[in-house]
Amino acid sequence: MVEMNNVSVVYESSGTEALDNVSLSIKEGEFVFLVGPSGSGKTTLMKLITGEIRAKSGKIVVNDFDMRHIKRRKLPKMRRTLGVIFQDFRLIENMNVYDNVAFAMRVVGARRKEIKQRVPYVLDLVGLEGREKRMPNELSGGEQQRVAIARALVNNPRMIVADEPTGNLDPVRSLELMLLFEKINEMGTTILVVTHEKELVNALAKRVVAIDNGHVISDGEGGYFDYEIE
Amino acid sequence: MRLNRSGYLIREGFRSIGTHGFMSFATVTIIMACLIIMGSVTLLSLNIDKVIKDLENQNEVVAFVDESYTEESARALQGAIEGLDNISTVEFVSRTQAFDTFMQSYSTDLAEGLDDQVLRDRYVIHLTDIARMAETKTALEGIEGVAKVKAHLDYARTFITVRNVVSVVSLALIVMLMFVSIFIMSNTIKLATFGRREEIAIMKMVGASNAFIRLPFVVEGLVLGILGGGLGFLAEWGIYEVLTKKLVGSVAGIFTVVPFAQIALPMLIAYMAISVLIGAFGGVNAIKNYLEV
Repeated sequence: MVEMNNVSVVYESSGTEALDNVSLSIKEGEFVFLVGPSGSGKTTLMKLITGEIRAKSGKIVVNDFDMRHIKRRKLPKMRRTLGVIFQDFRLIENMNVYDNVAFAMRVVGARRKEIKQRVPYVLDLVGLEGREKRMPNELSGGEQQRVAIARALVNNPRMIVADEPTGNLDPVRSLELMLLFEKINEMGTTILVVTHEKELVNALAKRVVAIDNGHVISDGEGGYFDYEIE
Repeated sequence: MRLNRSGYLIREGFRSIGTHGFMSFATVTIIMACLIIMGSVTLLSLNIDKVIKDLENQNEVVAFVDESYTEESARALQGAIEGLDNISTVEFVSRTQAFDTFMQSYSTDLAEGLDDQVLRDRYVIHLTDIARMAETKTALEGIEGVAKVKAHLDYARTFITVRNVVSVVSLALIVMLMFVSIFIMSNTIKLATFGRREEIAIMKMVGASNAFIRLPFVVEGLVLGILGGGLGFLAEWGIYEVLTKKLVGSVAGIFTVVPFAQIALPMLIAYMAISVLIGAFGGVNAIKNYLEV
């Protein structure tokens, strides 16, 4: 699923070493929280996985794609094996809920019939049945994030990568969202969630990888989150 | 790319024009404005060129026939004159006709008592290219029976200089305006796509290929280009017709203008080619940076 061996990333513009010899393995079907303070390297690690940046050294394989040597034209194919979720939802403002989700299927060339079957199923799964015609600005933050999750799920990805998905939500909606991730994980999808929410991490009792100053400083099962975040 | 997917992308291009209504309007308006400015300078230079040519045509060469020739033998020279290179029109004017014209132009008192055969038979000749006036004059002088040739070589040189200066200035202006227009149009399209970089980033993140992202922008650019070019052409036509009608009214009989119908097709082709190329390539170029993620 994700295999990183001695991966280092240096931002050439500033000379900052964002990741230093990081090794990490995430197996198929796992649920992993990635925690750490601001500037610790979490986002860099996410960007490595999504192919937005490349490692300076080491080896990184995501869903069988060698991310250090992947050709630019192969990136779309790789990204279709991932479902990416952001803190700010990133929905297309001028598309309704249905189209925001269907869009991800159109991108991969799905047939109209498949889209008509799959989109309502996924919207139902994330609890958005009956809201297909709403525009993003007519939805609450929690609902918008559910649309983003539906969009990430609709192509049946092998892995969901969520960057601070609860950052803009209240505690109740945040817990609901985490429980939704848990439900998706139980259906077989690997989940990687970057978060600051200590209570949520501890409540779900999953594997927690802590990162600071570009190094993995702890990695353990059971959801014990003892790292103090600034 | 499958056909149903291409259909979807083309529809997306059209849909996007409506969704981003204001920027679409701005793009079409800018394309229109630039083409009208460029077109107006082109039309102006074409008309200046025509006026100069008209004036050139009025600059005639007169070949006087030897006094000893009868009218019949003088008329016989017409074939030899017409056979020369660079001759556009040849008109025979007899002694009597020349005398009548003289009488109409000047005071009749001056000619009182003069014989109407006092002037010579002559040919009034218009040249194809006045730049070759000197060599044509020499050729005319070489025809037996032609006694003298009157040609205003100094006028011809002035016309040629004016025409050359106008051509160079017009060409420089048109080329300059074309570059300015292309720059403005490309930047307008860039501005229109800048607001959509988030949308492009989302497309990239869900696994859209660059071709998939590009096609709706190309369609959108093409449609906006065709609209801008077409409307610009119609507006130019309207403006030209109104202005030339007024101009023709005020200088009737002095100058004639180039009819729009005469240049409509090449102008339409040029407008469409520029606007379509700017639209399509502008669209692709504008999103190039956002695709490198």
